Amino acid sequence: MAFSEGGIGPIRDEQPVMIRIEDLHKWYGEFHVLKAIHLTIHKGERVVICGPSGSGKSTLIRCINRLERHQRGKIVVDGIELTDDIKNIEKIRAEVGMVFQHFNLFPHLTILENLTLGPIWVRKMPRKEAEDMAMAFLEKVHIADQARKFPGQLSGGQQQRVAIARSLCMKPSVMLFDEPTSALDPEMVKEVLDVMIELAEEGMTMIVVSHEMGFARSVAHRVLFMDAGQILEANTPEEFFTNPQHERTKLFLSQILH
Amino acid sequence: MTVYYENVSDIRPPVISTGVIGWMRENLFNGVFNTILTLLCVALFVKIVPPLFRWIFIDSLWVSTSAECRNIQGACWSIITANYRFILFGFYPYELQWRPTIAVLLLIGLLLISRNRRFWKKPLLYAWIVGLFLMGILMQGGFGLRRVESDQWGGLPLTFLLAVFGLAAAYPLGVVLALGRRSKLAVIRVLSIVYIETVRGVPLVSLLFMSAVVFPLFLPEGVTINKILRAQAAIIFFTAAYIAEVVRGGLQGIPKGQYEAAESLGLNYVQTMRLVVLPQALKIVIPPSVSILISAFKDTSLVVIIALYDLLKTTQATLSNPNWMGFSSEAYFFLACIYFICCYTMARYSRQLEKELGAPQ
Repeated sequence: MAFSEGGIGPIRDEQPVMIRIEDLHKWYGEFHVLKAIHLTIHKGERVVICGPSGSGKSTLIRCINRLERHQRGKIVVDGIELTDDIKNIEKIRAEVGMVFQHFNLFPHLTILENLTLGPIWVRKMPRKEAEDMAMAFLEKVHIADQARKFPGQLSGGQQQRVAIARSLCMKPSVMLFDEPTSALDPEMVKEVLDVMIELAEEGMTMIVVSHEMGFARSVAHRVLFMDAGQILEANTPEEFFTNPQHERTKLFLSQILH
Repeated sequence: MTVYYENVSDIRPPVISTGVIGWMRENLFNGVFNTILTLLCVALFVKIVPPLFRWIFIDSLWVSTSAECRNIQGACWSIITANYRFILFGFYPYELQWRPTIAVLLLIGLLLISRNRRFWKKPLLYAWIVGLFLMGILMQGGFGLRRVESDQWGGLPLTFLLAVFGLAAAYPLGVVLALGRRSKLAVIRVLSIVYIETVRGVPLVSLLFMSAVVFPLFLPEGVTINKILRAQAAIIFFTAAYIAEVVRGGLQGIPKGQYEAAESLGLNYVQTMRLVVLPQALKIVIPPSVSILISAFKDTSLVVIIALYDLLKTTQATLSNPNWMGFSSEAYFFLACIYFICCYTMARYSRQLEKELGAPQ
């Protein structure tokens, strides 16, 4: 049984743990960016992280696939602990899909080549098979007709959908989204969110840094609020929006929900 | 506020100027300063070109003895026609000079074929391997051909040998050094920096001297390394340091997001560099790299100082022949033409490559 209507359901504690973060600390020089983060995310769970800029949201999800190195604490992804062991890091990166604010498509490769790069070189998949799969995912993000073009020829919204498809081609067990819609023109936000909602409906484990509160309300199991490197509040969207606990959260919500 | 709306679909851009007169007015005579510049250029042109033309074509002698040349006003091209085989092939045995001729033609043929990116496949690689092997045999002998020692090589084959292998080896070495300089491993980084800065800090001439004079002192007794090979190595090491700095500039131009995207797909360091970073970085640095390759090509003529008979040295040797002394303008003009053809071809090719590799935006 999947989740209840509207995508919102209870946090499924009986599901296996996908990501476990214990007492995570990170410093940039002297600056303490992440302070004592504890977070457990189960398989199939969808978490939206919001908070003012500089609060450490992006840094937190970038720690999960080791784009940032943490200095204290423990991160376990799908049973593998993130250490300095490069083999573990590469294994986790192949399991964890990442979508960036600025898409970061490879401009010298066609859309299709962008999608097949990982499967061919990391998963050692035969080219033909990789291309078939890539076309299937492009179909899924409604952009298959652009397969032979280069990223520079696509709109921002299309590029972000390609970026999502590129991550999906690695068959990840978790998807991380780092402000996926904040670099987009307003009229393109919806096409990207729609793809993310479809993904959510299939039961993908997702961690999304975003200020799209509508998205959070309709898709997330939990909304986290971060400020100054700490998770101040974690609650169901319903509770979070109607009954925020912290003063800081109330202030933040009053500023972004007009 | 009022908004006017009308159907404006068939309006064409206004015609500002037409024809040759319009173009000239626009580009040559717009304003006093430009008009003066244009007139000065025309005057200079009239003053220089006709006499030069007379010197090259009208008053010149093409096939004659040197004595006849002494009595004319124009160019004495006879110095070239009489000595071209020595200029092009140096002391290579006269009756065997068909061998370097074929070797050079083979090399030029392979280079021309390689210009076309459609042929960049396995067969071309095999063609190069076979071609290089054939060139080696043609130059050196063996397989029934008479042996010609490498100290008899000279002229165009030697210049091409030094240039083509120098550039082909320096480029990858330069890329590796550039990556080394940006490495996270301190030892590799420091070694790369020391290498690059040391080599860039000395003139090529001193490296050539070291390869010719100092280096043999360190070899165990009885071991000698071919002088051409040593000069070749000096050229490679020197050019690589400059290539490294140019490539480093290209690497710095690649946004951090590209590395992150590649890494988050699980690509390892080598894959990230080979598949994502270098293809973009090297494309950015095509123009400066080609500048370096062109100047390295011309710098191969510095091997004259260690007495290798490259194209420049054979030309000088011809000029020191009492018969042909004094016709240096003609000889150097010819030499300049050969260098120009090679360098201009490289420049043209770089532009073509840039165009072909540019992903549509």
